[in-house]
Amino acid sequence: MKPSKENLLWMYEAMVQARHYEETMARAYMEGKSPKFDIGSGPVPGEMHLAAGQEPCAAGVCAHLRPTDTVTATHRPHHAAIAKGVDLNRMTAEIFGKATGLGGGRGGHMHLFDPDVHFSCSGIIGESCGPAVGAALAAQMQKRDDVAVAYLGDGAANQGAFHEALNLAAIWNLPVIFVVEDNSYGISVPKSASTAIAHNSDRAGAYGMAGEYVADNDVLGVFAAAGKAVKRAREGKGPSLIEVETYRYFGHFQGDPELYRPKGEVEALKAKDPIARLREHILKEGAHDEAALDAALATAHDAVDAAFAFARQSPDAAPKDALSAVFV
Amino acid sequence: MSNRILTISAAMSEAIAQEMRADPSVFVMGEDIGAYGGIFGATTGLLDEFGAERIRDTPISETAFIGASVGAAMSGMRPIAELMFVDFFGVCMDAIYNLAAKNTYFSGGACPVPMVLMMAGGGGYSDGAQHSQTLYATFAHMPGLKVVTPSNAHDAKGMMIAAIRDDNPVVFMFHKGLQGLGWMASVEGAATKVPEEAYTLPFGEVAVRRTGADVSIVALGLMVHRAIEAAEILQKEGIDAEIIDLRTLVPLDRDGVFRSVKKTGRMVVVDEDYTSYGVTAEVIASVVERDISVLKAAPKRVAYPDIPIPYARPMEQMALPNAVNIAEAARAAFTSKG
Repeated sequence: MKPSKENLLWMYEAMVQARHYEETMARAYMEGKSPKFDIGSGPVPGEMHLAAGQEPCAAGVCAHLRPTDTVTATHRPHHAAIAKGVDLNRMTAEIFGKATGLGGGRGGHMHLFDPDVHFSCSGIIGESCGPAVGAALAAQMQKRDDVAVAYLGDGAANQGAFHEALNLAAIWNLPVIFVVEDNSYGISVPKSASTAIAHNSDRAGAYGMAGEYVADNDVLGVFAAAGKAVKRAREGKGPSLIEVETYRYFGHFQGDPELYRPKGEVEALKAKDPIARLREHILKEGAHDEAALDAALATAHDAVDAAFAFARQSPDAAPKDALSAVFV
Repeated sequence: MSNRILTISAAMSEAIAQEMRADPSVFVMGEDIGAYGGIFGATTGLLDEFGAERIRDTPISETAFIGASVGAAMSGMRPIAELMFVDFFGVCMDAIYNLAAKNTYFSGGACPVPMVLMMAGGGGYSDGAQHSQTLYATFAHMPGLKVVTPSNAHDAKGMMIAAIRDDNPVVFMFHKGLQGLGWMASVEGAATKVPEEAYTLPFGEVAVRRTGADVSIVALGLMVHRAIEAAEILQKEGIDAEIIDLRTLVPLDRDGVFRSVKKTGRMVVVDEDYTSYGVTAEVIASVVERDISVLKAAPKRVAYPDIPIPYARPMEQMALPNAVNIAEAARAAFTSKG
């Protein structure tokens, strides 16, 4: 499946928006954290997991989704949230702990919920899988042709939750797509030390579902694989597993000294950056010209900058509001 | 008022059936809840009426189907998931306390999780330490879960319907020894008159099972029946016990407990769950931190000792709260000057 001109422009814009978001967040996160790094200080406290480099996994899959489809993401959720259309202002405000945030500041960056576009995530490794199966089950029972996508990392693919969810999705023929973002590391442990096979997508066969590995962080490859999987799911032909070889430019969390990482690895990855490659592809194909791509980039950056401004200007969460919303 | 008597298991399956007829978003999933009808009878007969799509047998993979219940509940369905034995929660606790219990809060109330998680608790039949626990307090301790535990069939039906209609996750804990199963002794008082029509019981309201003037015995689940037996012993000695059935641990009717203790001046709290850090301490604290002066004597607790549940009958029966040691505690409270 080849992307249309519109698909290409949309994916480019989603990717540059996600990249600009992560780079802006990386700077905002460091505010107030020097000279002594203190994880709990500054305008963005707590852990921060950034996904710069992993944009193809978000854009290539979400290009096929509509607002009524469900996405459950991981503790590294921003690129997927952006591609799924989560309210950028309220997401950013949530991460800044503001009253205007998606959860009024109760969730934070690993716990983003936007019911308008059926997006949620979890800070627990592997726990994106069960809820996506449930969303797919709901769609099947309600006779909607919506699908659900569960994102997880290559580290999470060794969790029981992943294997149980695959089995359940397969026996019930559910419209769910499991997308493993293989960024080579489970925190600090390389995939080669945690996983006995090269590609988690090979595990699909053990559950009787289709599996596909997309090499080299290639957004066009992700788009093609996801297109087939989403079509299969919408037509009632069951679940799929896609593993994407992707790149993580930042550490596991901001402040991670990355002692586990070979020197020069990130520089080598950046030399084949997926956004630059997509731009080159679009121009080469003649799908859009430089001006159109620049305009898309400017629009995307403006939206991010506006979201950070909105978050900074929003009122802090009121202490007493901590005591509400346990039950509805 | 209908005069028919139902067991708790029959009352539960009737409640589920009525809600499934009324609301197509209600469905059940769990292990052996289909053709088997639920190991503890809570879904008996439902497969025939509703079919395998809505009475959905799962593989033995609690993490997946309880996680899926969370996702389905957030997508417009009202799942009822059966964990079978509460003792099994260890394999799926993450889906319960990190997803079901917290998503509402994380989302500031925008994403409620209207699911029921039903599970059997209780011992007394030599099933050993991995199949006999009650563990009410573990769930009640985690914010975001409502926890209910009926002591009779009338309550079971009304509380099940209320749980299904509740927009929050509700842990519905039933006691195996109250279910009225064909293969396990059941307490007679658990089978009660149950109205035919659908009705709800509000959560967070104790029931006074017996009025009395001298000592309040606060209990839940099977222990309500043990407390009633104890009250009969005490009556012969001229001690008039009031029995308070908590019915729900979250929300907890602290006012209802306080009202009774204020009247009697003495309290005994009975729990089949472990003694330390549990229901007994919570209930006592809710009285003494409000007004310790209402107590004429030190409060007493009768609960499971802090040991894994033994298999051999003499050991297990010694460890379980019973009418004799509940009466003993009440007597001690009655004669103590505090």
